[in-house]
Amino acid sequence: MRLGFIAEEVAVGFRRNLTMTVAVIVTIAASLSLFGAGLLVRAQVSTMKDYWYDKVEVSIYLCSDTSDTPSCSGGAVTPAQRTQISDDLKAMSPLVQQVFYESQKQAYQRFIKQFKNSAIVQNVSPDALPESFRVKLSNPEKYDVIASAFTGRAGVEQVQDQRRLLDKFFKLLNGLQTIALAIAVAMLLVTVLLVVNTMRVAAHSRRREIGIMRLVGASNWYVRLPFVAEAAISAAIGAGIATGVLAALKHFGVDKRLAPEYQFTSFIGWDAVWSIVPLVFLVGVGISVLAAAATLRRHLRV
Amino acid sequence: MIRLQGVTKLYRSQAHPAVDDVSLDIEKGEFVFLVGSSGSGKSTLLRLMLKEERPTRGNIFVAGKDLNRLPSWKVPALRRTIGTVFQDFRLLPNKTVEQNIAFALEVIGRPRSEVATEVPRVIELVGLAGKEKRYPDELAGGEQQRVAVARAFVNRPALLLADEPTGNLDPTTSVGIMKLLDRINRTGTTVVMATHDANIVDQMRKRVVQLDHGQLVRDQARGVYGYLS
Repeated sequence: MRLGFIAEEVAVGFRRNLTMTVAVIVTIAASLSLFGAGLLVRAQVSTMKDYWYDKVEVSIYLCSDTSDTPSCSGGAVTPAQRTQISDDLKAMSPLVQQVFYESQKQAYQRFIKQFKNSAIVQNVSPDALPESFRVKLSNPEKYDVIASAFTGRAGVEQVQDQRRLLDKFFKLLNGLQTIALAIAVAMLLVTVLLVVNTMRVAAHSRRREIGIMRLVGASNWYVRLPFVAEAAISAAIGAGIATGVLAALKHFGVDKRLAPEYQFTSFIGWDAVWSIVPLVFLVGVGISVLAAAATLRRHLRV
Repeated sequence: MIRLQGVTKLYRSQAHPAVDDVSLDIEKGEFVFLVGSSGSGKSTLLRLMLKEERPTRGNIFVAGKDLNRLPSWKVPALRRTIGTVFQDFRLLPNKTVEQNIAFALEVIGRPRSEVATEVPRVIELVGLAGKEKRYPDELAGGEQQRVAVARAFVNRPALLLADEPTGNLDPTTSVGIMKLLDRINRTGTTVVMATHDANIVDQMRKRVVQLDHGQLVRDQARGVYGYLS
């Protein structure tokens, strides 16, 4: 095997086929960026799930003066009702792990802290926020037990499962992920077609050389390797660009934009990005090489 | 060196076989002319020996290998023992004389040192010393064919197949190519040459195998192109 000779052939192939090679690199870079972005969204969802499922609780909002649900027709919750609810919750141990009481004042302070960058704070007064019991369940799936026990009870405005709210959000993220991956798959399909076509053109433009190689007894791999190497190198360059795009997404998108604005949740770290990079390279180079090898099998038969 | 046993090649689109039940033995070191009019099956016979085509019926042995049983991954090894020359030279226009010849060694993975010693040697043999750096379009037809012969012979094959090597050349130049093929034959290389150049066949007085419509009609030692009257 003469590696130097094959490297020369690859270099010649690149020069001869420059426009097609650039097209392949750009397509691969775009499809792998989308593919990687889809995987990053998935990593983000899983990071957030870990973070939030640990913290979520069921909120039992109590009636205030401004509540207008039927169960609040008696006006704001009375101290007796509040004590009764608290006692009932404690009686539901072990399903109810912990109960916190949050007064209107505490709720207001938490709200201010959470939205300190937002203008909404100016429009909210402490008595606009309901007081609540925050209930942590040993098994979050058993939300219904709490809901049926307290919904509609006098003094209770609403029972809310935070997990449901989060699930809606996660569904949105999962949808984004599915869209990104679907586009990535379509783009990878386009990449395959482009590689197949590029290889056909390359094989055609080197048909004299190939004819002579076959005639003098060059082995199949000697004939195909320059083409396959060309496809692999194009794909690797594309994957390298995609890696840059993903790193930029993490640095400028997540670290600089999202993280400072949404401090109440956690975001993916660099380890998530680096664990995706090998996969991006593997998929990009693998698909390109397979497409090239399959095309050459058809066009360079001995 | 070559043994054909009842070889028939029928192309799908044609009613008559291109090669019809041909049996033939060619010994090591022989020089054989394959003669016959265009379409008599000469080229097909050469392609069969290279395993570029498979026979419809019959067996072909080349250099001790049964081509019908030779797996396709071993075909390159077979072709390394066979040099091939064509009427149209088939040189690479963007490579010089020495690069064209070196290419044949490089693509079968021969080391650089061997290329460096063998290429000048074969250029000397075919009489092109001093023209190593020329490109094919800077050479006369006869010189181009010498490059093609050098490329076919640089790997020292046991068998040289030539398909109308003088077909594009004038008579004087053709004689030069024939002298070259004769010299190669004297090194022990078996030469099979398809031609319909009567002058050359008559001058060389080698074995002549004649095909007509795919059938072997004459096999004569020290023959001439046409029948002796």
